[in-house]
Amino acid sequence: MSRPLDLSRKQHQQLAETLCKLTKRFNKHEVQCLMKVFSTLVATFPEQRIGIGLDRTKFRNVLHTTFGMTDDMIMDRVFRAFDKDNDSYVNMKEWVEGLSIFLRGTLDEKIKFCFDVFDLNGDGFISREEMFHMLKSSLIKQPTEEDPDEGVKDLVEIALKKMDYDHDNKVSYADFEKAVKVDNLLLEAFGPCLPDSKVQRSGKICSSSLDVASASDQLLQKDLCTYGFPIALLSKSIKRIRSKKHSGVLLMLGCSLNGTIATSAVKRNIEFNCRLLAVAERSL
Amino acid sequence: MGIALTRAAQWTAAGIGVGKLEFTPLNVSLLNSIIKFVEYINSKQPQEAAFMFREPLEWKASLEISAFGADYQISKKTVISKENMDGNPFLIYEASTGVIKVYTFNQLAKLLEIAQIDKLKETQACLEANRDPIAKILGPSFATVEGEDKSMLRLLEKVKKSDEEPEAEVQMKLFLLLQQLDMQLLNASLQKVSQEVRLNPQAIKNDIQLLQSFSGEGDMTVLKSINYTSEYEFSNGCRAPPWRQVYGDICYLIINTHDTDTLYVTCNTAGVYLNGGPIKDSEDIIYDRNGDIYKDLITFLKEKSPTFAENLTRVQQNFALQKKPPPSIRKAQKTEVPINEEFDQSEKFSDYQEKNKFERKKQPQKPKARDTKKEETPHVHKNLEPSNQLPSKEEKTQMKEQDPKKTKQDKENVEIVKAKIYKCKAAQEKKNMLQRITSEGSEELSESSTESEEEPQDMSRQQEYNTDLPSEYWQIQKVVKYLKGGNQTATVIALCSMRDFNLTNETSQLAIREVGGLEVLINLLDTDETKCKVGSLKILKEISKNSQIRRCLAELGGLQIMVKILDSHNKDLKCLAAETIANIAKFRRARQTVRLHGGIQRLVSLLDCVPMLSANLSAEQEKDIEVARCGALALWSCSKSKKNKDAIRKAGGIPLLACLLKSPHENMLIPVVGTLQECASEPSYRLAIRTENMVKDLVRNLSSESEELQMHCARAIFKCAEDEETRNLVRTHFGLGPLVKLVSKSYNKELLAAATGAVWKCAISMENVERFKHLRIVETLISLLVGQPEEVLINVVGALGQLARDQLIRGAIRRSGGIDPLVNLLTGTNNDLLVNVTKAVGECAVDAENMSIIESQDGVRLLWSLLKKPSPDIQASAAWALCPCIENAKEAGEMVRSFVGGLELIVNLLKSDDIEVLASVCAALAKIAMDEENLAVITDHGVVPMLSSLTYTKDDMLRQHLADAVACCYNATFFELPVTNSIVTVL
Repeated sequence: MSRPLDLSRKQHQQLAETLCKLTKRFNKHEVQCLMKVFSTLVATFPEQRIGIGLDRTKFRNVLHTTFGMTDDMIMDRVFRAFDKDNDSYVNMKEWVEGLSIFLRGTLDEKIKFCFDVFDLNGDGFISREEMFHMLKSSLIKQPTEEDPDEGVKDLVEIALKKMDYDHDNKVSYADFEKAVKVDNLLLEAFGPCLPDSKVQRSGKICSSSLDVASASDQLLQKDLCTYGFPIALLSKSIKRIRSKKHSGVLLMLGCSLNGTIATSAVKRNIEFNCRLLAVAERSL
Repeated sequence: MGIALTRAAQWTAAGIGVGKLEFTPLNVSLLNSIIKFVEYINSKQPQEAAFMFREPLEWKASLEISAFGADYQISKKTVISKENMDGNPFLIYEASTGVIKVYTFNQLAKLLEIAQIDKLKETQACLEANRDPIAKILGPSFATVEGEDKSMLRLLEKVKKSDEEPEAEVQMKLFLLLQQLDMQLLNASLQKVSQEVRLNPQAIKNDIQLLQSFSGEGDMTVLKSINYTSEYEFSNGCRAPPWRQVYGDICYLIINTHDTDTLYVTCNTAGVYLNGGPIKDSEDIIYDRNGDIYKDLITFLKEKSPTFAENLTRVQQNFALQKKPPPSIRKAQKTEVPINEEFDQSEKFSDYQEKNKFERKKQPQKPKARDTKKEETPHVHKNLEPSNQLPSKEEKTQMKEQDPKKTKQDKENVEIVKAKIYKCKAAQEKKNMLQRITSEGSEELSESSTESEEEPQDMSRQQEYNTDLPSEYWQIQKVVKYLKGGNQTATVIALCSMRDFNLTNETSQLAIREVGGLEVLINLLDTDETKCKVGSLKILKEISKNSQIRRCLAELGGLQIMVKILDSHNKDLKCLAAETIANIAKFRRARQTVRLHGGIQRLVSLLDCVPMLSANLSAEQEKDIEVARCGALALWSCSKSKKNKDAIRKAGGIPLLACLLKSPHENMLIPVVGTLQECASEPSYRLAIRTENMVKDLVRNLSSESEELQMHCARAIFKCAEDEETRNLVRTHFGLGPLVKLVSKSYNKELLAAATGAVWKCAISMENVERFKHLRIVETLISLLVGQPEEVLINVVGALGQLARDQLIRGAIRRSGGIDPLVNLLTGTNNDLLVNVTKAVGECAVDAENMSIIESQDGVRLLWSLLKKPSPDIQASAAWALCPCIENAKEAGEMVRSFVGGLELIVNLLKSDDIEVLASVCAALAKIAMDEENLAVITDHGVVPMLSSLTYTKDDMLRQHLADAVACCYNATFFELPVTNSIVTVL
């Protein structure tokens, strides 16, 4: 496997240490893991220029497969929130920093993160229109209703009533912070933008299913060992597979591991997911 | 005619174009009068009849051409009258289109003749097409205008000015005729309308129902009672006997007001008045009127009873506050008004009535209040049927017909609904109080009763709520809709917004249930979304404080899911689920459900947390402690069932509770001690409390800040101190001092009951009595003998009974004047209390000085009379108490003989099955038999054979006292009996 971003081992170590100091929430091993994941991911698509980082599509892919996000708009916004320097790529530093909030952030940091995600135009306020935009697909459309958007509008009013403390018809950061402090449930009021407890479970599924699969694939088993995955405990958590998505991941794993469609890219993708999930799992 | 047509006639609310006259009795009579008028003019006023209208009356007729006679030129398609003026025919009828134009009354009358049976139809069609015929007949200047009408004056001037114009005079006459018709029509319709205003059985019934719902004892009710004289209701709704119904009597009432004598009232169709009242020794009443007639019951009562009027307004104000719809909605309605035909119509209608009010005032029963009610008609309609703007014709007809009646009913419905709200509230308050008393005040005293008591109340209240729909209801319905049809984001927002409603308010709680919110909330618990679960549980936690909701949740299978959630990894979820379970498990079936689904084990496992005392806990550990607290809360609720107590023990809850008991936090200790005291009714727990060294902690918390905690601790000690060792432990941990301190807090009755109970049980040990003596508890206890609730009294007297075994304390009781109140309590009715009082009196009677006081208070007689009580406990303890009394009384023999039938009574008690009674009676008999004469009397009553029949007993205590008694009676008549042998063996 190529070394991440063509850094020398020493440089790599140093970067890991700097980032570790910077974020404080990950230990050095975890930072290294994440860096490895990052470089793997970047390298998965060789046509991309190596060294710049993850572009939007790839990042969204990560959010979708690993953290179970589905809303395109929210994922775009999460990408923006990660991409601090607005160069349309998430670089290594942004990656680790972003994930530190994403996975282990304090409530305040998460509030800030979520607000940034929800503030679509970045003007420091979540306006009615922005809310409408984010909530418009949140209700099942009744074909019988004369105005299909009425429910959404109503929902926006409810949310505004709940959050707009200074009554200026938009939600400022202060409003948002206050509302979330009063009721934590409002943190992800306009769409899921943080990994939730499901990830924890899916993490277990992935790791254990990998274990199952690994028995049939010596190569991967070796890899898994190097990445420090626990190779015990499995059958129990497999029972928990409920949602299609997770079984899909499993299926993919199974196929790849049986060697039918096991390309190196897929394999790498799996490895990446597992590693990320391991970090996520530990943080939850 | 114009005014009558616009106001009296009942038009349909056609949205666009021509309105239609409805086919109602009122309209038919109107039309008939108009037809008569036309015929009258034609026959009696030929000049006027020939007068040519300014504009023709034009409408669509459905006449056969062939029907027209010789006076008409009949062509294929048209009919033209031969009469004409300046070439204009007076009648033109085009058969193809059906349009007919008529210029004179003459022609109108002829036409009506031609139409024959269709007369009515044609008139109707004519009037429908010409809403204001006068304007057509006399010209637009005569159009019917609301308000002051100057057309008459104008016409007069015109007549004056132009004498030469012959037309004007005719016009004038015609106008006057029309005006006359108008008046006639109005009067006729007025009569019709006013007929309907007479009282009817339904209205009376509604009034009475309404008043009954507001009646009862208490200052806030409008009446004490209101009742019919007869339960039987005839099929027409009257309750008066048929021979009185012919006079219009509907029913007779007996009304008790707060401030007058009983009122005997007749409700007649003509009004409400006082009758002569009941004839003595007979069920009949004097039917004669005795005072003024009032138009309805409410007015009558307002006049008769000032309190009624006052309370009624207060009650109405209460409703006004409750029923106020949000201002925004009102505004919207107001802006809607002008475009709404129906409203227009009904407004006119009410206008008309308003005008008529003046006329109606002259009538004997002028229904003023009814009028105001009617004027509200349009508004009421608006509120009730905002969407029903264009109803079909039939519906409309119906509505119009029922209008006056319906209005009345609507109004009354609203009032009944209000009354129900009021009732609900009162019931709720009462229930809350009851619950507080039963669930906290006497949990351990009547454990099973707490469980069963809830149910009937709930059921009765469930039906009551259906009719009320406050504004919150709609909002909640909307929110629930979003809960149902939204993804998790929308759901979370909806959940948050639902929490903004006042969930402690019963209205919101029941609204959530009504709109199916509970099902959704429970379904959410079964999803994978943590946020939704948290939100849902937060709501459920609040609303499950309502007993009806609790039941619903349990029925919907909510408990099972919540029990499952207890396994979750999320601590918030665990907390919320446990707290909700704590709320729901207030009734037996829920507790059973929790147990059957393994909830107890899970709840017990929640209790397992870090040692409480370790300082600076991490956030995680504090969460754990919170989880444990919630678990304890849930266990507390569950621990009211015996099987659950066992389950908690088997799940290993006791050591965990013991561990939590060391916590320094009150909010943790209260549920923990609560659970313990609840469970302490089980011997196994009492043993555990002693062996796990929990007594020490219980004693420590007796000195806590929180009275609730103190109470639970005292209660736990109360229950545990049945046990000798526990009593000693309480003493060795210096618990008696704090208990004595608690006893002096006489303002908190529950605490007082618990503390005195603990004192009572602790005082069973003589060592404790010794200690109490030093703590000078006797004075405090004696001060509590007066003016306390029974629960306290039982314990206080019990404690005194135990303490009085000590010589010094007996003296102290006497010195602080405790004997008198004790003897007075012998007249009580509570069995537990009587058992304790007799014991205390008996103990006190051991001192001769005390005895003299008891004697002077006639205490012995009171004790003796207690032997008559059916309860064997009382019989036994009374008999025990009698022993020292008889022993210490001066001239005891004389005293005993003075109780008429007393000796027979006590001898007969030997027939009892209860060993305790038998033993005590034997002991008493032994004392009685000390006196020769009494011995003779009891021997006469056959004491010897009875005693001898008891000799086969195996009970040692009974044997002892029996032997005593036999020994005392020995010198009497035992010789002849074969029992002597067995007595010898007993001895």
